[in-house]
Amino acid sequence: MYELVNVTKTYNATKRKVTALDNVTLSIPNGQMVAIQGPTGGGKSTLLQMLGALDRPTSGDVSLGTSTLSKLGDHKLAGIRAKEIGFVFQSFNLIPTLTALENVETALAPLGVSGSERRDRSQAALASVGLADRSTHLPAELSGGQQQRVAIARALVKAPDVLLADEPTGALDEGTRDEIMELLEGFWREQGLTLVIVTHDSAVARRAERRLHIKAGKVKEA
Amino acid sequence: MFGTYLRRELVNRRRQTIIIAIGMGLAIGLVILVNSFSAGVQNAQASVLQSVYGVGTDITVSQAATPPTAGAAGGGRQNFSFGSGSGATSGGTTNLSQSRLSSTPTQTVFADSELTTVKGVSGVAAATGTLALENTTFSGQIPGQGTGAAAGGTTGGGFGGGQQGTTGGAAGGATGGADGAGGSAFNLDRFSVLGLDPAGDSVGPLSAVSLATGRLLTAADAGTDNAVLDSSYATSASLATGGTISIAGTTFTIVGTVDSTSTDSATASNVYIPLDVAQTLSSNPGMLSNIYVTASSSSGVDQLAADLKTALPTATVDTQADLANTVSGSLSTASSLVSNLGTWLSILVLAAAFLIAILFTISGVTRRTREFGTLKAIGWSNNRIVGQVAGESVVQGLIGGILGIVIGVIGIVVINIISPTLSGSASTTGSGAGGFAQRAAGAAGGAVTGGEGGAGGGFGQRGAGGGGFGAAAQTATNVALHAPFTIEVVLIAVGLAILGGLLAGAIGGWRAARLRPAEALRSVG
Repeated sequence: MYELVNVTKTYNATKRKVTALDNVTLSIPNGQMVAIQGPTGGGKSTLLQMLGALDRPTSGDVSLGTSTLSKLGDHKLAGIRAKEIGFVFQSFNLIPTLTALENVETALAPLGVSGSERRDRSQAALASVGLADRSTHLPAELSGGQQQRVAIARALVKAPDVLLADEPTGALDEGTRDEIMELLEGFWREQGLTLVIVTHDSAVARRAERRLHIKAGKVKEA
Repeated sequence: MFGTYLRRELVNRRRQTIIIAIGMGLAIGLVILVNSFSAGVQNAQASVLQSVYGVGTDITVSQAATPPTAGAAGGGRQNFSFGSGSGATSGGTTNLSQSRLSSTPTQTVFADSELTTVKGVSGVAAATGTLALENTTFSGQIPGQGTGAAAGGTTGGGFGGGQQGTTGGAAGGATGGADGAGGSAFNLDRFSVLGLDPAGDSVGPLSAVSLATGRLLTAADAGTDNAVLDSSYATSASLATGGTISIAGTTFTIVGTVDSTSTDSATASNVYIPLDVAQTLSSNPGMLSNIYVTASSSSGVDQLAADLKTALPTATVDTQADLANTVSGSLSTASSLVSNLGTWLSILVLAAAFLIAILFTISGVTRRTREFGTLKAIGWSNNRIVGQVAGESVVQGLIGGILGIVIGVIGIVVINIISPTLSGSASTTGSGAGGFAQRAAGAAGGAVTGGEGGAGGGFGQRGAGGGGFGAAAQTATNVALHAPFTIEVVLIAVGLAILGGLLAGAIGGWRAARLRPAEALRSVG
């Protein structure tokens, strides 16, 4: 369960101070599917970074389960990201020089999993997204939808508690968008994970249990 | 994962890998080449020095020559005096010949008790003493007097010779005039003689020779009139093993001839005779001119040299490094070229290669910002990412190292095929400082008592101060340069490759570690 209490995040821009999150207090229970919408520059990215232990708030606390993310060091935050949080990005962010299977394996590397187990679990994850026969392909040899499936396999292969998706369908056509969303929803239901999706697409947002709207750093229930 | 990721990066970013590897390869190849060339030049210098000082000689001890006292009789020079009965007259022509053995003018002899002192110094593995001498033979003919010459004719003559060199000059040859004057012919023949301990060939000049014919001197030759000749000198003087050679009027049996182990070079002396015999014949009993020392440890040579200077305050103590400085000629030029241009060129190219590797690595990290941000987002620690970047750089460096070894080996092979011949010469006196004076002093040197009608003859040449010159004898040697390929060269290449890779990897990794995942993932938001 996420707990955000009075979270404020400010950045020092060239000539002024930018408040990306303004005194946000928010709870996200375990297993909930949440969609976050809002205008560009409204604070969606910053909120996702706080939830993903990628950044620390200027003030306030962010907790995931028993861990207060805002007070942990880099090494422990990296450990939490490795074990508990999965990421899916708009532009897939696959390593271009690694095959689909090897890209999935990168998520297990920090967990100290043996080579054979790593390959077996990664192969199974690829099969679960329908890409068992594409394991030796490089990202450039896959379509956008297939690349996003590989990214989802990479996010889920370590069986995280939380899956954070940043515009997961933003670079896909409508048909592929629906396939990816069905895939994500399927995993959410099957694995009971907490799914947070940042999206501009209302069709995607409507599939969520809960919709949040963020504007000028302030979060409201939609 | 580390190996897979590394392999994929190197293969898929092969242009960067190739550029870094070629840069490192060229630099390391040049370092190998300069290093090998330098070793070849050092070997050539050692070869030149060996021909003079012998194999294994770490230190030589000598005494600096002292200039002759101005106005002293003879100035310390050879002086040939012929009495009224010295010549053998036949058919009216008087034949004169006198031979003497004396120490070389550029060296000062010293008591052999210094050898005992040297052997007593800690760190001396072996030491032997030698006495460098020069045999000078003055011979000539004084023709009978012309018509009407008074009885008595030439009854005495005095000749003083002070030439320095290895071969004798000739004088005279003029035909006598009607009045009986002139018509004398004189020869001056000189060769170098080295008196040495016949049993001590492990260190000193005879350690750098190979037997050509006959045998070397042995302990049994002490006190005997046996000699070993340099084969080049023997050939030029038409002498051979089994024959004889006259030294200071004593007939020596030639028991063998020797060659220098160095290509195209002569040995340290023309003739080698037992030390005790040399001391007796040259009137230098118990005296030496040089001591050759082998140190117990090559790393302790400098300390030993310092200890020897303390033990023998008036002696000149030279190490191999000091002796190497006495090598001149194209060998010296090559040595200077390597130590100056070669070294600086290597440093510059190596620095450029390291810089290229560092810049490419930083550029690669910058280009892969999102990649590293993604990896951090999925839980990769900074250490893992730094290790990955450093690993890639080290492997690129190692590929460069292998390429450098190939380039270096090709260069070494080319040098060895061309095998340039370098000439070098080393002063046979460590100090080389001993000047000696030579001055023509007019025709009044000889005391001549001529009979009536006899022209008589007076020849004078003596050292009497004046302009001194330090023409120490030189042994010229031509050495074919051979650039060696050693395991040290490979270790240098691998070491530089790893150093370059680590340097680039450390800087690149440090840059990657500084990336904050949120900033690296610009795609988020």
